[in-house]
Amino acid sequence: MSTRIDVRKTYKLFIGGAFPRSESGYSYVVNDHKGAFVANAALASRKDARDAVGAARKAQSGWAGRTAYNRAQILYRVAEVMEDRRWQFVQAVQQSEGLSGSKAERVVDEAVDRWVWYAGWADKLAQVVGNANPVAGPFFNLSTPEPTGVVAVLAPERSSLLGLVSVLAPVIVSGNTAVLVSSYSRPLPAVNLAEVLATSDVPGGVVNILTGKAATVAPWLAAHMDVNAIDLTGVAGDAALATDLEVAAADNLKRVRRAPAAEPDWSAEPGLEPMTAFLETKTVWHPMGV
Amino acid sequence: MPTTPTTEAPAATAAGSAPGGDFSDVTRSDASLRRFLHGLPGVDQVGADARAASLGTRSIKTTAKAQALDLAIRMVDLTTLEGADTDGKVRALASKAVRPDPADPTCPSVAAVCVYGDLAATARQTLGDSGVHVAAVATAFPSGRASREIKLADTRDAVAAGADEIDMVIDRGAFLSGRYLEVFEEIVAVKEACGPAHLKVIFETGELQTYDNVRRASWLAMMAGGHFIKTSTGKTQPAATLPVTMIMLEAVRDWRAATGQMVGVKPAGGIRTAKDAIKYLVTVNEVAGPDWLDPDWFRFGASTLLNDLLMQRTKMRTGRYSGPDYFTLD
Repeated sequence: MSTRIDVRKTYKLFIGGAFPRSESGYSYVVNDHKGAFVANAALASRKDARDAVGAARKAQSGWAGRTAYNRAQILYRVAEVMEDRRWQFVQAVQQSEGLSGSKAERVVDEAVDRWVWYAGWADKLAQVVGNANPVAGPFFNLSTPEPTGVVAVLAPERSSLLGLVSVLAPVIVSGNTAVLVSSYSRPLPAVNLAEVLATSDVPGGVVNILTGKAATVAPWLAAHMDVNAIDLTGVAGDAALATDLEVAAADNLKRVRRAPAAEPDWSAEPGLEPMTAFLETKTVWHPMGV
Repeated sequence: MPTTPTTEAPAATAAGSAPGGDFSDVTRSDASLRRFLHGLPGVDQVGADARAASLGTRSIKTTAKAQALDLAIRMVDLTTLEGADTDGKVRALASKAVRPDPADPTCPSVAAVCVYGDLAATARQTLGDSGVHVAAVATAFPSGRASREIKLADTRDAVAAGADEIDMVIDRGAFLSGRYLEVFEEIVAVKEACGPAHLKVIFETGELQTYDNVRRASWLAMMAGGHFIKTSTGKTQPAATLPVTMIMLEAVRDWRAATGQMVGVKPAGGIRTAKDAIKYLVTVNEVAGPDWLDPDWFRFGASTLLNDLLMQRTKMRTGRYSGPDYFTLD
């Protein structure tokens, strides 16, 4: 039998439910933790970011308009498909993060579990963070959480799967759509996740994944007038860049989830904050007895 | 439209005065007209599509792009042609036409507001002497299925209401059955009913089936004295496409070579992005020539296009991407 020729992969972006190449035509080499070649990934440019925001905006009202129960079902389906592709994620995590087989499996388990956990929140958020407010008059006064809109997410640089899930799932569970910039050095779990999302009933445009440098793409997202919020987790530790992005984001009063000083411990219980950071509270007054 | 004469304007006025002298023989009878139109060289469909596609690949950047965006804004016929149009909507649209980007005084006005005839007076009232024209669709738009008298009355009514440009539709039924003289005479009659107003002749190229027919319709309308030839009503698909517009631009170029008169071209419907608009401008420049790069000779019939042009313009000015939230919907 002859020696089999390697199938060398050049991964693409995930925008609007499709897998386009970068508009720039550039790709970059992704190495494993030991420095050996693994694959090529598309190098996203500012125009890819622009297209991704356009796709996310187009998908936003439809996604937010689905019932919370339906969003929960779809997100649970994502977890199912992740579980089906378990071996692929384990391999990607091993290659990216240099973990041993059993540790990588544990990370994948945690990531799938976290996705399921967030899926469950879809139809429970309103009970927990919404309220029937007592008011001094014959009115029902109800506060309900509404999605902020299009959210740019800078995924953590080091935790390529668990960290990725921990910043992406809370954004979309409440009806936001996301433009996610993956880890530059460890993009493969994000690429795999894109393939999962494309085959698990998530409408095109709800999640858009750009592989590339946060330092080149993020300023365009932070300054983009049609992006409603930005999560700066991915630039943890780079205080100068984080400040620049916050300043750029101030122009249209984006909601900013600030960059922590160092990447957090992703295995810790996330709490509600990752979800509530991208919610707006709508309060309606309704006369009683009508 | 050339209210102030430019170098070519006298020629255009001549185009308005009578069918070009050379063509009186052609338009004498249905048979001679048919012989002439069917004698026009055929359009190589594959070649036309390929050429249009290649013209759409030019890269227009920085200062050239800024210039193209401003020119495209000046060429827009801001259009609302819906059954649900109200006076209020037309007033809002007319205000937007005069000052498309309230945040930027350097932003030019559009060329015209295009409305149904009964709303022309409202548009005229709001536009006043701003220099923005009032275009009204007439002649039983968009189907063109009405008697000649009604079409003429429709036209006269719109002109009386203050429209200085009339967009008429040709009778596609007559055209497709080969009754060219009927179509010709109708255009001549409508043009007469227009009086001082300029006439744009809509072919509805989506219904003409072939590029050959587009070329024939273009020559027919130019011989009948139309000031502008326009692709579509915007009510049927496909509306304006780049190859069709290119063929019409070739026709006006050839017409000028034959008669010395300039005729304008207006693609309408389906042009939604600044990028598309720039492709059209490139085609105008390459096919007809730079003389046509002027709102008097080239227009875009569009409604959503304007917002994208404004967003691109804002992007160039501020250096950051803009969003639809910052521009009015209509």
